[in-house]
Amino acid sequence: MNALSRFFRRLEGPQTLGRGPAFWVGFVLVLAAACAYPQFSDGYTVGNTVYFFTWIFMALGLCLIWGYGGSLSFGQTAFFGIAGYSYGILTINFGAAYGFTFVALLLAVAIGALFAALLGYFLFFGRISGVFLGIVTLSVTLVLERFMAQTAGPEWRIGAARLNGFNGMSNMPPLTLPWPGGDIVLFPDVELYYVVLGLLVVVYLGLRILVNSPFGNILVAIRENPERAEMLGYDIRKYQLGTFVIGAALAGLSGVLYTSWGQYITPSSMGMTAAALPIVWVAVGGRSDLTTTLVGTVTVLAVFQALTIHGSQYALVAMGAMLVLTVLLAPSGLIFALARLIARPFSKRQPGDA
Amino acid sequence: MPLIETRALNKRFGGLHVTNNVDLALEAGEVHCLIGPNGAGKSTLFRLILGEHSPSSGAILFAGEDITALKPFQRIRRGMSVKFQVPGIFKALSVRQNLEIAMQHHYPPASLAEEIDKLLAFLNLSADAKRLAGNLSHGQKQWLEIGMAISLKPRLLLLDEPTAGMSPEETFATGEMVQRLNAEGMTVLAVEHDMAFVRQVAHKVTVLHLGRVFAQGSIDEIVANEEVAAIYLGQTTAHETAHEAAGDVHA
Repeated sequence: MNALSRFFRRLEGPQTLGRGPAFWVGFVLVLAAACAYPQFSDGYTVGNTVYFFTWIFMALGLCLIWGYGGSLSFGQTAFFGIAGYSYGILTINFGAAYGFTFVALLLAVAIGALFAALLGYFLFFGRISGVFLGIVTLSVTLVLERFMAQTAGPEWRIGAARLNGFNGMSNMPPLTLPWPGGDIVLFPDVELYYVVLGLLVVVYLGLRILVNSPFGNILVAIRENPERAEMLGYDIRKYQLGTFVIGAALAGLSGVLYTSWGQYITPSSMGMTAAALPIVWVAVGGRSDLTTTLVGTVTVLAVFQALTIHGSQYALVAMGAMLVLTVLLAPSGLIFALARLIARPFSKRQPGDA
Repeated sequence: MPLIETRALNKRFGGLHVTNNVDLALEAGEVHCLIGPNGAGKSTLFRLILGEHSPSSGAILFAGEDITALKPFQRIRRGMSVKFQVPGIFKALSVRQNLEIAMQHHYPPASLAEEIDKLLAFLNLSADAKRLAGNLSHGQKQWLEIGMAISLKPRLLLLDEPTAGMSPEETFATGEMVQRLNAEGMTVLAVEHDMAFVRQVAHKVTVLHLGRVFAQGSIDEIVANEEVAAIYLGQTTAHETAHEAAGDVHA
């Protein structure tokens, strides 16, 4: 009991909105609704919802790096793509038996994270920050896109896996749960939905604990005033690098889930448009908090899909407009702006109070 | 052995020789003030000691150890701490969290909250603990940053114009705090313009001029030094400078 209450205390802190019984009752209700949802829907629609969910990991990772750490990475899609392609190469070569797909998932995420560690080492230990960090990370993802786009020839293969240039790599096995009496293949359907939902809950709660820990304290300190943080004796480069790697691993997780979901990945998943979208998801909801990022990402993705169905190519224009309007009108995010608007008539607190 | 020592320290920015062969030594337990006219190289020397600039030549020793090549955070971990001229605080975080970030690795988690409460009381900020640091008054921000700096329990406290923008009363109170910290064994090096403050706290004063150590001694010796007076206020007469330097803090 004591351990449980300690666990719950670690979920809350100054770095996350939403605390106290009211919030957690709401959390459980939303989770229960999410668990019950497949019972009231068909497999196809549920499979579509999983597609939304796969992106949220990348958004939460960017929220950690940018919203909490203050470093804008414009290249999360690089890690998304590397992990996605790695999953494809591993599973096409070694198959899906004995639950290898989950080993491949872990390996692919690790490869993405390792790449981020290398890149991040040169970025943060080279003291690159601000807009230059965005430029370098964007360049990296664009270079990867260009590189993968020219791998159409038959000489570009790793084992049995053809990289396939701009057409993309396909036909890798989806995630498969080994199960007595027949493996469960996680096609975009109810089973995959529950696996991804479970992962989402674990990642969300894990990140809450992380940002409310002493590590998270230092992270926001670096965002607020890196010089002061260093002059308190912290090697801020290590904290920035650690955050970058965690965020990249989450982007990689998105990449693997996406690849497994559609059994398909193309270089355009690392292109300019793909690289810009996570910024929109995270900025619109409110990048400085995990929960607003989560809610914002789901909302923006839903709006984006509705727009794509009805307005085809104008959907991207609308996304861009949404980003510009957010930055101009509600720089901290729409959810924060909305909350302030609602709270204003009821609040007698001074504007400066925390 | 001095606690902090610079040996033949030089710093050039292009053709500008900002720090010129500076030898400075502070014994443990000393309160040392660095004064000099604008452009004398005070801030550069300060940043060299902190490790924010690396010297063109020369060495910096802390408690006998050569720290010339160390990064700022490594110097902090060896027992330095700094308060910047412009309050370096975490504006969007609460006052309490500012102190928590400074103190979280210096106290066991069990007693951290209590230690923060104590420091808040010492800084006269208990009532403001939940406010955002960015919304404090200027003087309170200065005190908060001093609090963050001393919470590391440094052996050497570096203060860059600690009383900038403070009222005479706040300046005097800050001086008293420096004396109290010094009484507990903290060595202090302060860059300061306010001569009342210097007179109140300094055991020893170093005057920098054009990057060189121009004069060194007790406050009375410095005040009596007519050459210092001549360079310190430029056109102002030596008599006026001495008068200002000797001015009573309560005046």
